[in-house]
Amino acid sequence: MPESLSIIKGALPYLLHGSLITAVIVTGAMTVGLLLGLSMAVGQVYGRKSLKRVIGLYIWFFQGVPILVLLFLFYFGLFNYMGLNVSAVAAVTVVLGMTTAAYQANIFRGAILALPQGQFKAAGSLGMSDMQAILTIILPQVLRLSIPAWSNEFSIVLKDSALAFVLGAPEIMARAKFVASRTYQHLPIYIIAGLIYFVLTWAGVRALAKLEKTVRIPGYSNKGM
Amino acid sequence: MTRNTPILRVENITKSFGGNPILKGVNLSLNKGEIKILVGPSGGGKSTFLQCMNCLISPDSGKFWLEEKPVDIFSKKELYRYRQQVGMIFQDFNLFDHLTAMDNVTLALRKVKKMDKKAASTRAMIELSQVGLDDKTKLYPAELSGGQKQRVAIARALAMDPKVLLLDEPTSALDPDLTGEVIDVIRNLAKKGMTMVMATHQISLIRTLADEILFMEAGTVVEQGSPKGLLVPGTRSQGFCDKLNSLSGEGI
Repeated sequence: MPESLSIIKGALPYLLHGSLITAVIVTGAMTVGLLLGLSMAVGQVYGRKSLKRVIGLYIWFFQGVPILVLLFLFYFGLFNYMGLNVSAVAAVTVVLGMTTAAYQANIFRGAILALPQGQFKAAGSLGMSDMQAILTIILPQVLRLSIPAWSNEFSIVLKDSALAFVLGAPEIMARAKFVASRTYQHLPIYIIAGLIYFVLTWAGVRALAKLEKTVRIPGYSNKGM
Repeated sequence: MTRNTPILRVENITKSFGGNPILKGVNLSLNKGEIKILVGPSGGGKSTFLQCMNCLISPDSGKFWLEEKPVDIFSKKELYRYRQQVGMIFQDFNLFDHLTAMDNVTLALRKVKKMDKKAASTRAMIELSQVGLDDKTKLYPAELSGGQKQRVAIARALAMDPKVLLLDEPTSALDPDLTGEVIDVIRNLAKKGMTMVMATHQISLIRTLADEILFMEAGTVVEQGSPKGLLVPGTRSQGFCDKLNSLSGEGI
């Protein structure tokens, strides 16, 4: 099918450009998720009861509502209602970021609880403040422990970002649909789109696995002594 | 300050967990250079008392004086400053797992004492040499033996120049081969005049180091006195030490 080949060839740069937008959305969302998720995890473990309750409510909400509903709720509802002129890409980034923050909070909280509590006490016994202990003792270890689960979350968010097409954000999926519906080459175009997602996921997960190895604390090993 | 002014004094420390009283009003007064040793059965409140003494567990009630100045433990700032001066050694070492031996010691020097990196390293090196670990500074906790870990923990506490050192069964997580090296370090500290409160089951330490023994049971001090006065037939302390003795086979 030479005709479809030439169509694919023509569409490829257009689709690849979409992967840049996807990268922007995913990077932004994962960053929002990291900062917000980490803060919420710390708040849930060390915070006051009222703070814990508020964070619990947040997580419960974002875990419970489908992303598609959230996208519509925020983009057409909330942002509109507030008179904010937010681009589709920004809206998707914010919504995915706030959603993954809920999941990441649980990842980080689990890691905090898995750390031996004595280290926090030891920091206190040296006169360090709770905040100093959290920043210099707890978080560096929590981040290391969280990389495998965070890598899962990354691959999920990357694929969820395809939902951005419903708001018209010009990422991979939106562009693939655009080309496919104009050229009627649905099968090859969506295969290409799928491949692009696959490569992006693979690259990200691999990079995180490498990071995990680089920052591993010497002396710890899963291979015995 | 005269020798008879208490360097650290705590009064009427109480603590309950879930309605269960663990400490029922414990007092302790410590002069400079004095060594007090807490003995008694597990669950008697020794560890809780030690951790209440620097508020790692916040007591339900209790008063604190450091060098006869009252300490307001409800002021975070004052509490952090108080803890700087009261070092603590834990049963399970509690080293910072992601930091080398050197960084374990320098961290608080830099963050709390605000020393620059170089000064902190110099100080840490002195303390680590004192405990015989100058060749292990670049190793991580997981690369050290139990005895070495505890010696790093001691170096870490001493680097802060504490006025008092609290030791919570410092050798009980170590197998017999490794207790000796930690005991030696503690003996050295005693020789240098470090003021200490220690919970331990090590007969040799109880016998030779204690200025005073406090026998704790069910959240109170039931016997208190010098080893000479207390380790005589008929006392609870002697009975307890006899038991330890027959378990360890160590002469007393």
